[in-house]
Amino acid sequence: MAHIRKATSLGDWFDQRLATTKFWKVMVSEYWIPKNINFLWAMGVILMTLFILLFVSGLMLMMYYKPDANLAFDSVNYTIMQEVEYGWLWRHIHAIAASVTFLIIYIHTFTAIYYRSYKQGREMIWVSGILLFLIFSAEAFSGYMLPWGQMSYWAAQVITQLFGGIPVIGPAVVEWIRGDYAVSDPTLTRFFMLHVCLLPIVIIAVIAFHFYALRFPHVNNLEGEEIDFDLEADKYLEGKTAESKVIPFWPGFLSKDFFYVSIFMVFFFYLVGFNFNFAMDPINFDPANSLKTPPHIYPEWYFLWEYEILRGFFFDVGPMKAADIGLIAFAFAGVSLIFIPWFDRSDVVAPAHKNKAFFIWFWVLIIDLILLSVFGKLPADGITGGIDNTYIGFVLSILYIILLVVCLPLITIAERKRG
Amino acid sequence: MSVEKNDRRNFIGMSFGAVAAVGGIFSLVALKKTWDPLPSVKAAGFTTVDLSPIKDGELYQVEWRKKPIFILKKTADMKNDAKRDVVVGGARYTVCIGLCTHLGCIPSYKGGQFVCACHGGIFDVSGNNIFGPPPRPLDIPPFKIDGTKLVLGETGPEYEKLVSQA
Repeated sequence: MAHIRKATSLGDWFDQRLATTKFWKVMVSEYWIPKNINFLWAMGVILMTLFILLFVSGLMLMMYYKPDANLAFDSVNYTIMQEVEYGWLWRHIHAIAASVTFLIIYIHTFTAIYYRSYKQGREMIWVSGILLFLIFSAEAFSGYMLPWGQMSYWAAQVITQLFGGIPVIGPAVVEWIRGDYAVSDPTLTRFFMLHVCLLPIVIIAVIAFHFYALRFPHVNNLEGEEIDFDLEADKYLEGKTAESKVIPFWPGFLSKDFFYVSIFMVFFFYLVGFNFNFAMDPINFDPANSLKTPPHIYPEWYFLWEYEILRGFFFDVGPMKAADIGLIAFAFAGVSLIFIPWFDRSDVVAPAHKNKAFFIWFWVLIIDLILLSVFGKLPADGITGGIDNTYIGFVLSILYIILLVVCLPLITIAERKRG
Repeated sequence: MSVEKNDRRNFIGMSFGAVAAVGGIFSLVALKKTWDPLPSVKAAGFTTVDLSPIKDGELYQVEWRKKPIFILKKTADMKNDAKRDVVVGGARYTVCIGLCTHLGCIPSYKGGQFVCACHGGIFDVSGNNIFGPPPRPLDIPPFKIDGTKLVLGETGPEYEKLVSQA
C-alpha cells in the first residue's frame, strides 16, 4: 500500500485514497479542447444532459408502471397521467427527451461528417458513436412498446417479424424472441427488462467508452487543423494562454457548453409544457388489440428514413424476394454509417466547404434523408406529383446506398489524387 | 515461483478454459430455453371451430395462438385452388393465418382480395400473394378435420396433403 499520512483537509483525505486531484486534472482541468470550435461541439454535453433527464424521469415512471399486458395501458394512461402527482410531467419529459435525443444525435453525427471528424485516428470515436446510435434505437423501440397501445403493439409485431427474414430458422427465432406465438405478455416483460435494465447498462458503458476514445486523438476543430496538444497544453500551463491553441475543458469549454445547454433547456421545456403531442401518437391511446391492425403503421419520426428504405424495394430480382432485398437494405442502412471512415478514401481532414464535391455530396445526403423521412410517413399506396410513392421511395433508397458506397469513395479518391 | 516453469501455468490456464467452456455451453442452453414459450402458452395452442354456421362468401375470423385466422367459404364463382383449398363436407374453404407474410399486419378483405394496408401487399381469394412485398402466400395453420369441425393446432391427413403439395 502507498504511504498514507495524516490528512490536512477533507479534500486531502480523499486525494490520498482516490487520487481525486489527478482524476480532476485528467478528466476536466487538463483535458484540452481546441479554441477553434463552435456551438456544434456542444451537442455531446446536451446529449449527456438529455440522457440524465431520461434516466431520472424513467426512474419516476417505473415506480407506477406495471409490465403486464393487462395492466400496462392503464398504469400509464390512468395511474401515471391522472393520479400520480406530476406523473404527466415525467411522462412528457421522458417522451420528449427520447424524441429530441435523436434530433441531437443526428446533428452531432452530421457535424462529424461535415467536419470529417471520423477519420485519421478518430475512427474509434466514430464507431462507438454509431454504436451508441444503434443501442439508443433499441432502447427507444423497447420503450415505445411499454404503454401497450395499438401503435406499440403493432410496432412490436412488425419489428419482431423482421427476424423472420433470417434464412431457415427465421420463424423459430421470431417465436423465441416473442416467447409466444404472437406478441403478448412475455414479449412485453422481456422488452421491459431490456428497456430498464440491460440496455441502459450497455448505454452507460458505451458512453464511457465514447468519452475515453476522445482522450488520445482529441476533438477535431473547425479547420481540421492538426494540433500538437502536448505542446499547446504546455504553453497554456506556462501562462501563455492567449498564444496557446487549446483551453481546458473546465473552466474553458464546459462554460460555453452550459450556456448552450441552458438555451436548449428553454426549447426543451417549451416542448414539454406546450407541445408534447408531437411525441405522443394518437393511435397509441387505443389499447393494444392483436386482432385489429391500425390502417397506417409508421414509426416515430427518427426511424422514418430507415423504415422507408425497408419498404422501398417492392419487386423481386431473380431469386431474391422483394421482402428480403428490403430487409438487407434496411439492415445495411442501420449500420451503414459505421463504415464512413473507410468509404472515405482521402487523408484530408477539412470542413466540407473546402471541397466542393464533398460539400454537394453532404447536402444531397441530408436532403435524401429528409425526403426518405417524409415519404416514410406517407401511406405506401399514395401518389405524389403523379408518381407512385413506392417508386419515389425506391429511387430515394437506392440514392442513399449509392451516395455512401459509390459517390463517397469516388469523391474522396479524386481528392486524394489532387493532393 | 519461477518464471520459467510456464508449462504448469499453461496447463492450469487450459484446464480453466475447458471448465469455463463447458459451463458456458450449459449457460447458453439455459438462456435459450428461458426465452422459449412457456408450457402453459404451448398448451393453450389449440382452437376448435365449427364450420357449419359459416355462410358462402363471408369472411369469418377466429383467434388461434393469439393470431387471427381467416375462414372463407368459397362461393361457386370463386376460383378453386387445389393446392390451398380445405374441403369439408363438399364445400371449399380458404383457411389461413390472417397475418401478411411480409411483416405481420392484418390484411382486410375487400372485393375478393386480402389487401394489406401497411405496405400494400395483395393476396387473392385463396390467399396467394399477387402483388407487393409479401414473399409467400398467407400461411395455412396446422389443422385436423373432425366432422364439420376444424381443430387448429393439430395436424390431420388433409393438412399433410396440402403441405406436401406446397
